[in-house]
Amino acid sequence: MAKVTVDGIEVEVPSGVSVLQACEAAGREIPRFCYHERLSVAGNCRMCLVEVEKAPKPIASCAYPVADGMKVFTDSPMVRNGRRGVMEFLLINHPLDCPICDQGGECDLQDQAVSYGLDHSRYKEEKRAVKDKYMGPLVKTIMTRCIQCTRCVRFATEVAGVPELGATNRGENMEIGTYVEKALTTELSGNLIDICPVGALTSRPYAFVSRPWELRKTDSIDVLDATGTNIRVDTRSGEVLRILPRTNDDVNEEWMADRGRFSFDGLKRRRLDRPWVKVDGKLKPATWAEAFGAIAAKFKGIPGERIGAVAGELADAEAMVVLRDLLEALGSRNLECRTDGAALDASRRDFYTFNTGIAGIEEADALLIIGCNPRTESPVINARICKRVAGGGVPVGFVGPRGLDLTYRHDWLGEGGVTLRALADGTHRFNEVLRGAERPMLILGRDALTRADGAAVLAAAWQVAAQNNMLQADWHGFNMLHHFGGQVAALDLGFVPPAGGAAIAPQIQALWLLGAEVDPAAIPAGAFVVYQGHHGEAAAARADVILPGAAYTEKDATWVNTEGRVQRGRLAVYPPGEAREDWKIIRAASEVLGKRLPYDSLDAVRTRLAAVNPAFGGEGFAPHGCADLAGPAGDATAVTDAAFAPVAGNYWQADVISRASPTMAECAKVYAAPAAALAAE
Amino acid sequence: MTTPDTTIPFTQPDSFSFDAESNAAIETIVKRYPAGKQASAVIPLLYVVQRQMKRQTGSAWVPNKGMDAVAERLGMAPIRVYEVATFYFMFNMKPIGKYHLQVCGTTPCWLRGSDEVTRACKDAGHVAGFGQTSADGMFTMTEVECLGGCVNAPILCVDDDYYEDMDYESTVKLIEALRRGEQPAPGSVIGRQTSAPVGGPLTLTDVPGE
Repeated sequence: MAKVTVDGIEVEVPSGVSVLQACEAAGREIPRFCYHERLSVAGNCRMCLVEVEKAPKPIASCAYPVADGMKVFTDSPMVRNGRRGVMEFLLINHPLDCPICDQGGECDLQDQAVSYGLDHSRYKEEKRAVKDKYMGPLVKTIMTRCIQCTRCVRFATEVAGVPELGATNRGENMEIGTYVEKALTTELSGNLIDICPVGALTSRPYAFVSRPWELRKTDSIDVLDATGTNIRVDTRSGEVLRILPRTNDDVNEEWMADRGRFSFDGLKRRRLDRPWVKVDGKLKPATWAEAFGAIAAKFKGIPGERIGAVAGELADAEAMVVLRDLLEALGSRNLECRTDGAALDASRRDFYTFNTGIAGIEEADALLIIGCNPRTESPVINARICKRVAGGGVPVGFVGPRGLDLTYRHDWLGEGGVTLRALADGTHRFNEVLRGAERPMLILGRDALTRADGAAVLAAAWQVAAQNNMLQADWHGFNMLHHFGGQVAALDLGFVPPAGGAAIAPQIQALWLLGAEVDPAAIPAGAFVVYQGHHGEAAAARADVILPGAAYTEKDATWVNTEGRVQRGRLAVYPPGEAREDWKIIRAASEVLGKRLPYDSLDAVRTRLAAVNPAFGGEGFAPHGCADLAGPAGDATAVTDAAFAPVAGNYWQADVISRASPTMAECAKVYAAPAAALAAE
Repeated sequence: MTTPDTTIPFTQPDSFSFDAESNAAIETIVKRYPAGKQASAVIPLLYVVQRQMKRQTGSAWVPNKGMDAVAERLGMAPIRVYEVATFYFMFNMKPIGKYHLQVCGTTPCWLRGSDEVTRACKDAGHVAGFGQTSADGMFTMTEVECLGGCVNAPILCVDDDYYEDMDYESTVKLIEALRRGEQPAPGSVIGRQTSAPVGGPLTLTDVPGE
């Protein structure tokens, strides 16, 4: 520890921290552009100058380590003059286009120029202009505004793990870019917009849309992947205009994946905004009363065991628990949530969650990835792995398609079943690495369980964990990586059929689909189908009654991420048209069906949630070890030789919302055929 | 300006691979650096690319594919090589003429008549100005900062060779010789021994016993 005096305030900070951090510990604000807590120190903007006693010149506090007894001044004449000088230089080549700049109102340069700069400019010479660069369909560049802090270069290299940005040429001619023009190959490109302290990198879809002070900000949770990214939904007059990440060090730090950030324009398109009822084989617009009437008429004669319900990947916990109770009241346990057919075992929570926790990745000293591409399944978790690998040289073993670019160095062990069996037997060379580690962990992809031998894969993966020191009293190294925000909550609520039961089976006569994209061919021909959701695709077209539900930005709802972390999303805008919050729809239907459920408020539903599974009693995630080594049902030796197939579909259009999004459609086009798109640019 | 503005129309080659001579050079160069620090060899390797291009195409420049080849050989991200290559003006990012006339314009050379050397390059080489290439593609002229040969100023550096004590006439003669395909011996053009005084040594002329 070092004792440092900042403007007369004495603080004790760990030795080795920078003067800037010591100043922050003392509560003094230090202006900065290039310094960012989560990136390496560059020290090139010189805005963080402070005076240190006995030092002849001001020092750049971000890159200067503290020393015991140091006296720092952050507001002396020398510092004020230094900052003014630096600001004057930064503004020399910066255009005066704030009125047409999208960063206006939330621009570090603007704010700091007002707070620390000179009140006028003495510069009369010519300014330089820089050609704009192409960085993909999401990031708009106005490179003349760039102050060359190199945050984006460091972000791309250190966090996203794609060293594609750089500073080429030098001096007056220095430019930030990819040099050879191309779209950045990262699923985290939106973060470049957040990290840029000026208006050089801004959001292309948000260009000229709004000013920050016009927006209503609602804290919520992203559900378009299973990370549970904490988000802020910015809205104006009932329309979502942009989504930004919130800082949560345990989950997403301050990053966010592109699909969650940019696909919200799909919330306005192809929406189910009114009830529909099928009349003579054709869906016709209807009122709520007519829709409920049709349901009541059909459900009346059907015995409970012939009714099924399927929850989709984006269903919220409240809707699912109410639907579960409705089915129970009707005498049915035919529930299903695994629309992808993953052989998940819901009997114990640690069989299907990311037990290590996302932050736990930083403690791991060996990692095995099985049948999963974390880069596309959860870019933010992948960034955490990238950080761990870069920081600690952690060995990463990968079982899956060969030649996949995970953004970090990894050891490809094999393609599929053969390798997994060898790992489970303890005869693979990577077993040595795992056994030598103190905190080994594995990540099992949900896709790996969708094969015919899914249960065996799950059992084999558990066996790998159990036999390689991953399951300890204070460390649980077995991790499932899910794909969407509603999947874990469904398992927590036991939204799976009892032994011998099934939600989609030939004997089913009525099926309730809660946003579930079930293949219409799998639905029994004569079955009466109710589709409740916000976007309709093939399953909705098959439905006999469509009930318009709310998307994740349009309801107060509980979400559980892949870790099993319970988080609350909040209503940012009201559902469009006649659409309603999902649990209310089911509650209303229960009344029509003569099985009135006793939930009259959100609190009542949440109380019920906690009663069904105590995990819903509070928010957050409790780190835990593994006391019981007994594995999930399934024969570990029955894993077939088949390779783990690459994830089907593309990252950009993985769910109903992003499939309705024009922005995501463009991304899919650009990243599927980058050469063709560049030629058109 | 890091790269001469060239009037030569050009396209980036589709591929680049090191030839036998380059591979031999790379092997020697990379050995100089400790294991794991191979990226330190990026500058010498860029020179290897530039020299190979000179051998193969007659123009010493570094194409994008050449930088990619360096990146691959040294296990670096291509952008890191682009950053280095564009930073140093010794690497030409576009094709240049057959001979690169680099006139030193820093104070000692300037005081000793580098303007005359420049004028001679323009007249004899038919080059319009700094950063330009002659119409016949023979010469590209650039102005460079101190070449470190101030004692024998002014200096004209042609590709890798220094020609010293230049004036208008000797520059014209040199350029005409180059145009004829000759390779005049580098060094002082007035017969000075290395950097000894003009006309011969003035000190240590009476070594005892000689």
